[in-house]
Amino acid sequence: MNDGGEIVLDVDDLRMRYGTHDVLRGVTFQARRGEVLALLGPNGAGKTTTIEILEGFRTRSAGRVDVLGDDPAHGGEAWRARLGIVLQSWRDHGKWRVRELLAHLGSYYPDPWDASELIATVGLTEHADRQVRRLSGGQRRRLDVAIGMVGRPELLFLDEPTTGFDPEARREFHDIVLGLSRTGGTTVLLTTHDLAEAEKLADRIVVLDGGRIVADGTAAELADRIAGEDEVAWTLDGRRHVASTRDATRFVRALFAEHGDAVAGLAVRPSSLEDTYLALVRQAEGRA
Amino acid sequence: MRTFRIGVARGLIELRQAFSGSELVNQLLWPVLTLVAIFFYRNREFRHTGIRLGGLVLPGVLGMFVALGMVLVIQYLTVEREDGTLLRARATPHGIRAYLVGKLVMTSGCVLAYLAILLVPGAFLVDGLRLGSVSSWFTLAWVVALGLVATQSVGAALGALVSSPRAAGLLTLPVMAVISISGVFYPITALPGWLQGIAQVFPVYWLGLGMRSALLPDGMASVELHHSWRHLETFGVLGAWAVAGLLIAPVVLRRMARRESGARVAAYREKALQRIG
Repeated sequence: MNDGGEIVLDVDDLRMRYGTHDVLRGVTFQARRGEVLALLGPNGAGKTTTIEILEGFRTRSAGRVDVLGDDPAHGGEAWRARLGIVLQSWRDHGKWRVRELLAHLGSYYPDPWDASELIATVGLTEHADRQVRRLSGGQRRRLDVAIGMVGRPELLFLDEPTTGFDPEARREFHDIVLGLSRTGGTTVLLTTHDLAEAEKLADRIVVLDGGRIVADGTAAELADRIAGEDEVAWTLDGRRHVASTRDATRFVRALFAEHGDAVAGLAVRPSSLEDTYLALVRQAEGRA
Repeated sequence: MRTFRIGVARGLIELRQAFSGSELVNQLLWPVLTLVAIFFYRNREFRHTGIRLGGLVLPGVLGMFVALGMVLVIQYLTVEREDGTLLRARATPHGIRAYLVGKLVMTSGCVLAYLAILLVPGAFLVDGLRLGSVSSWFTLAWVVALGLVATQSVGAALGALVSSPRAAGLLTLPVMAVISISGVFYPITALPGWLQGIAQVFPVYWLGLGMRSALLPDGMASVELHHSWRHLETFGVLGAWAVAGLLIAPVVLRRMARRESGARVAAYREKALQRIG
């Protein structure tokens, strides 16, 4: 919640096309300093493409992108030193020891975290002298976050950070990310297809679907704004009825005005963010 | 300069890792097997010349191990592109440059270690090596230095062009073919002329020749083509490969690095896991 902060990430009408296939069709959003922003969307929505363009790993087809004051397509090494990227590691640097790797990677940056301090922050102190290949999946992901953080980045990217996690590892990971965003002025952009994760971690959620932004706001605002229709169910003369409406209050008042006490078994279910999101996902899958 | 220093530090860490614990066995295997082979046929004579093969073969083998640095670089580049090491380097400021410096330091370190593992016991197994003179060490030094630059820069360029560790595995076949016609284990003069011609295009023959010229008495040049150590030609061919490698490698490596992304590494992983599963 940092509405007054300076804009560190500015994406305007970003487009990406592979051959004749449009992956991004005009994506526009911003992030302010210190904000945790979630890019939420079903698989294939274009989240990874977007984040890789912002990281400078991919060249966009069209649109304007500004990351920490530079165009990522031409960002130099000094620019890169201000970014942190949490990669989904697999088996790279398997022979390196945790502390050795963090100390080495820190040496590329002007003002790195102390390796031991960082290891403590992500809860790997017991494993500091272990070889990376001997870490469990969850431990490895914590190391990935530590590597992303080692240069004290102003902007941290996390692409699908908890894919393949068990619930325990997921919760631990969330705690680490929340801790990071609270302590420093680090801006965080994360992608996820998990609504609960976005709600838990992010100050603001941008919903990406089919290469377009379909919603942008806090979780509460989204539930409100994009909300769909509430569901009203009732029984009349022994028959069950269900209707959808934008305004349940007005609908129910009209219902009573018409039928009075004959209306029985009334139930109103307000649309939730989850409904809206699931509807989006279904839509996207229907197209695919 | 700072990047270079970080790269060297990286190379030394990886070199230490390559020679510690269970890795040590892998590292020693090939040099030791080669020594055993040399031991068993060290006393065989070459074409009634009175020259024993052991003395001819050991220097040639040293040259071959320098050339194998090329294979090592190709393997590292393809494996570490697939496992995400290169992407990690790309996400780090000056990371790719430091990675490459580190890889060349590490590979050179490995090659020099192989040479020591071969030469130190080899000097006791084989008679007639010329190890006492300054000029032989001088020749050895420039041949090894030029050979390392030539083979590793060409290896880096090939490693950037080859798409996967499997393809890199296939690439070792032509390398083995070149080694087999390069007069490493038996003098090249025993081969038909057209094969001699082909062999002289590649660095392996010249590395072997350079090593023999460094370590064998001058009289032994009579066994060679043109009955000469041909230092000028050795310098020319190795130098040409080095220049070609140094010109091409940065271009193709830059192109390779530009293409790495998380999505690509995820795709590599997907493919690799399918193969395993």
